[in-house]
Amino acid sequence: MTVTIVNLKVNGVDQAFMARPGTTLLLALREQLGLTGAKRGCAQGACGSCTVLLDGAPVVSCLVPATTVDGADIATVEGLADGQQLSDVQQAFLDGFATQCGFCTPGMLMSAEALLARNPDPTADEVNEAISGNVCRCTGYAPIVSAILDAAERRRNRVEATH
Amino acid sequence: MAKINPIDPDYFKDERAAPGFKVIGTTVPRSDALGHVTGRTEFFEDRTFPNLAHLKIHRSPHHHALIDSVDTSHAEQTPGVLRVLTYKDVPANWYGVLRLIGIGPDDEPVLAEDRVIYKGEPIVAVVADSEAAALEGASRVRVSYTELPAVLDVEEAMSPDAPIIKRAGTNYFVYEGHHSRRIRFGDVEAGFARADHVFDWRYSSAPIEHAPTETTGCIVVPQSNGRLLIHSNTQAAFFTLDNTALIINRAPTDLQVKGGTVGGGFGGKVDVMVEPLACIAATLTNRPVKFVYTREEEMQVSSPRAAERIYIKDGVLSDGRIVARKIMLYVDAGAYARHSPYGATKAAAHLPGPYTIPNVHADCHCVYTNRTPSSAMRGFGVTIADFAIESQMDRIARALDLDPLEFRLRNAYRDGDLKAHRKVASGTALIEVIQRAAELVGHELPEEYRAMSSTTPRGAQA
Repeated sequence: MTVTIVNLKVNGVDQAFMARPGTTLLLALREQLGLTGAKRGCAQGACGSCTVLLDGAPVVSCLVPATTVDGADIATVEGLADGQQLSDVQQAFLDGFATQCGFCTPGMLMSAEALLARNPDPTADEVNEAISGNVCRCTGYAPIVSAILDAAERRRNRVEATH
Repeated sequence: MAKINPIDPDYFKDERAAPGFKVIGTTVPRSDALGHVTGRTEFFEDRTFPNLAHLKIHRSPHHHALIDSVDTSHAEQTPGVLRVLTYKDVPANWYGVLRLIGIGPDDEPVLAEDRVIYKGEPIVAVVADSEAAALEGASRVRVSYTELPAVLDVEEAMSPDAPIIKRAGTNYFVYEGHHSRRIRFGDVEAGFARADHVFDWRYSSAPIEHAPTETTGCIVVPQSNGRLLIHSNTQAAFFTLDNTALIINRAPTDLQVKGGTVGGGFGGKVDVMVEPLACIAATLTNRPVKFVYTREEEMQVSSPRAAERIYIKDGVLSDGRIVARKIMLYVDAGAYARHSPYGATKAAAHLPGPYTIPNVHADCHCVYTNRTPSSAMRGFGVTIADFAIESQMDRIARALDLDPLEFRLRNAYRDGDLKAHRKVASGTALIEVIQRAAELVGHELPEEYRAMSSTTPRGAQA
């Protein structure tokens, strides 16, 4: 069985793993790099629990063959906080009670981070669109959408404050 | 959808004035939220173990069939397969989760023996080095069947000429010698005879899958002291521990369940579906074993909320008083009991709704069919009964041209009323809740209805 060595950057750190044919980025992150924040909810790209950023764009990592990410830059939930300092999106989820069981949360956060990176002032409709691939069965989505809008506002205020 | 309002801490400030009430109306961070937003919350599958083996199931493609033969030889020869389990490997194969509270008979096999009675019923478990090898092995199990007629409808299952699908001899759960959980109060036939109007309608619901984002699963790790450590996403750790101990014929003290972190449950993770086989596999291979449902299994074979069919016949006087209510309620338990006998009992406990009705007759059946076994889900037994009762109330109000709130207020139970279960109602508040709701939505109630109170006796109801 051919094994490929994959070199990539994960949360800003150079990493490498051995990928067997059929290994997904999700399983490589979880089982080889010990990054279990991204979850396996369906293994068919339908639930979004495994969402990570691949070169800045959200992907369902359960459908990404691990051998295709050589040289890529991956961001996962584990890299969002700066030490003890949560990102705006994380803090808004925490303050806005946007989590219940927590299983969809890492994927939701990554979809939200990707949205705010390209659109600092999204409408509620744009937030809905951005998380349309992330299934949550607990919250009914309202507190999640609210938290993402809140995070956008926090970010804009922070940017204004530094100018 | 715009930003929702933040929690208003002033809303409950009056309650907070009471001595000792410090938390109500304040915002208290969830203890688990920091773990959730940083990805550090540890779900059962977030643990990895050296030499982890994987368990997958070969399932029935038929709703109802006799098993003529099972050939596991190809599965055993599949590269990576460590062990193949049939019912013969399960020390106490027949179980029923509610036996822990004295409810029987044990009606479900962990692995099927001579027959299958629902599509997706587990027959053979395959343990392998990898998930892919376990799946491949499971697909190579060969079972030959003689198909039998399937019963897929609750009333059909109750008919005298229906094929009996259960080894206990009836297609329904037996409640203390009766075919249903019953309520008998007053004389409904006499009530219908004196009613000005009789309404007889039917309500039904489909099964509902909880669809948790995290599928049902566990990892069982043999310990050096001989015990088994079960990492599980069960909603019922001790229930799982005791039932698993009984099935694998080990002392409960041999098992440790580590749970508490559940990626969505909603009642769907209270059956004991994965732990017993994973424990047996871990014992036989002396390796950590993971048994986690695929998304397909979660949708197809995990217990949904039961489908229900409910007939409500009401006798009503011209002034809106309900004088008789007869209910025939059918819970589709599917192939096995699981928590459904309790669900049908809960339905009976909930009837005839929060109304004082002098004549009540109810039969709540827990019926077995060749469908996916149903079980617990948020308020099971009660939610669908409420849907039926309140739909009935609205339809009657419409038919008699009565205000739906006034119609409910006229029949609402009050403190001191004798309920159909022969309990005296206390702490009732339906009247006040309706009055307040009407006020909030600007629904004008006549003085007579505004003056009603749960603590004022209704006076002699004829």
